[in-house]
Amino acid sequence: MTLAAGHGFLSPTGVEIAFLLVGIVTLGAAVITVTTKQLVHAALWLVVALGGLAVEYLLLTAEFIAWVQVLIYVGSVVVLLLFGLMLTRAPIGRSPDADSGNRPAALAVAVAAAAALIWVVIDAFRATWIDLDGPAQGSTKVSGAILFRHWVLPFEALSVLLLAALVGAIVLSRRDREREGGN
Amino acid sequence: MNDVLDVALRLLVVFAVFLVLPLVIGQTEHKVMAHMQGRLGPMYAGGFHGWAQLVADGVKFAQKEDVVPANADRRVFQLAPAIALLPYLLVLVAIPVGPGEGAVGEVVDAGIFFVLAVMGVGVLGSLMAGWASANKFSLLGGLRTAAQLLAYELPMLLAAASVAMAAGTVSLPGIVDAFEWWWLPWQITGALVFFVAGLAELQRPPFDMPVADSEIIFGAYTEYTGLRFALFLLAEYAGIVVLCGLTTVLFLGGWHGPFGAEGLGWVWTLLKTAVLAFVVIWLRVSYPRLREDQLQKLAWTTLVPLALAQIALTGVVKVVIQ
Repeated sequence: MTLAAGHGFLSPTGVEIAFLLVGIVTLGAAVITVTTKQLVHAALWLVVALGGLAVEYLLLTAEFIAWVQVLIYVGSVVVLLLFGLMLTRAPIGRSPDADSGNRPAALAVAVAAAAALIWVVIDAFRATWIDLDGPAQGSTKVSGAILFRHWVLPFEALSVLLLAALVGAIVLSRRDREREGGN
Repeated sequence: MNDVLDVALRLLVVFAVFLVLPLVIGQTEHKVMAHMQGRLGPMYAGGFHGWAQLVADGVKFAQKEDVVPANADRRVFQLAPAIALLPYLLVLVAIPVGPGEGAVGEVVDAGIFFVLAVMGVGVLGSLMAGWASANKFSLLGGLRTAAQLLAYELPMLLAAASVAMAAGTVSLPGIVDAFEWWWLPWQITGALVFFVAGLAELQRPPFDMPVADSEIIFGAYTEYTGLRFALFLLAEYAGIVVLCGLTTVLFLGGWHGPFGAEGLGWVWTLLKTAVLAFVVIWLRVSYPRLREDQLQKLAWTTLVPLALAQIALTGVVKVVIQ
């Protein structure tokens, strides 16, 4: 990445315009996701928002991250979400009872989280540009090397966290069955 | 200008393959199934052994009325077939048929992740169809589709990861380039797991619980008519092409063959793909449908452990030969 020398905000390149447009679409889809009254539509708009994020990663040359984003979020998380919705209650049309009194609190948390993230990202990168002409800086090889050389500890900590969640899920689902068997 | 022409030409070829190969497999299925069951299959359409049967079917589908149920969620209902079909077209772009840059639609750096990610998106089409139809059979079909995808995505990914480890790259042409003949016995478990999980993801027999006609009519596609129904069927056959092509590229060495590797590599790829497609059809004729619980059990207690064992084996052998 290079510093902003020679780059200006007033003469954007094609990639930058595309980045902005996709960002607007992603933001719009995200807003619809949380405001629509139709439950399954919210899940489907979430697909658009997450897919838009993947495109943004692609535009930032992080190809590996983009495909993993599609694989995990669009392919698995949303499918799990839809599975849960269809298994419980997913009427066609509006669900007026889906809103709860937590809306202001949720909005406050969302704004706080967004502010924190924007602050961190701006503070970390300020006005750096990705050099699109050189070798890809987000390729699988580069990502792997950085992840397993510089960021091994956070990676392992996350692995342990996920493992704990996995074991926890198994324990929770097993205990109920044993209790039923005991009765 | 030359670059644009080159890209356009490649996409055109991929699109043509996308339109032709599924029909070829569909026709083969008609004939192979018929002969395995002691019948002749279609004989009249087109004259020679009914070769134009699927073309006639397509014309028939296009003439039928396109019905959207009154209570259905119109837009999602109408969008679903496109979501089911398009991912397979995108996947075809990344599958290499021969050595060199000339024999693949577009070289994708993280090809293996690209194809698996995009294939997973196709299932969203079935889910949308199942929910939006406002039909309890469709909803059950959608539920079963989702459960099946969640169960079989994991072993498929793990098996693919094993090959990526063996080759030391996640690019599809890179994997075939690194292929040696002894990978075949080394990765055989992974290959079987990948193929079986892929069949389940396509909802082909014996994993066709989501469309089990004797229980839930035709699952998520029950309410579809005309061209939209045809698109779902086309998605299934395009899925067979993609799965067989991927298995060939990942596990069977793609364009490598005992002889004629120079120039004729693409013939080997097509040949292996065709043999696998034949196996897919053969399984449909010879295996009864798995029950829902058997299906889940097979995934979680057989395929996942086998895939993990394959990864361990790959790791050990990789360290030993280095």
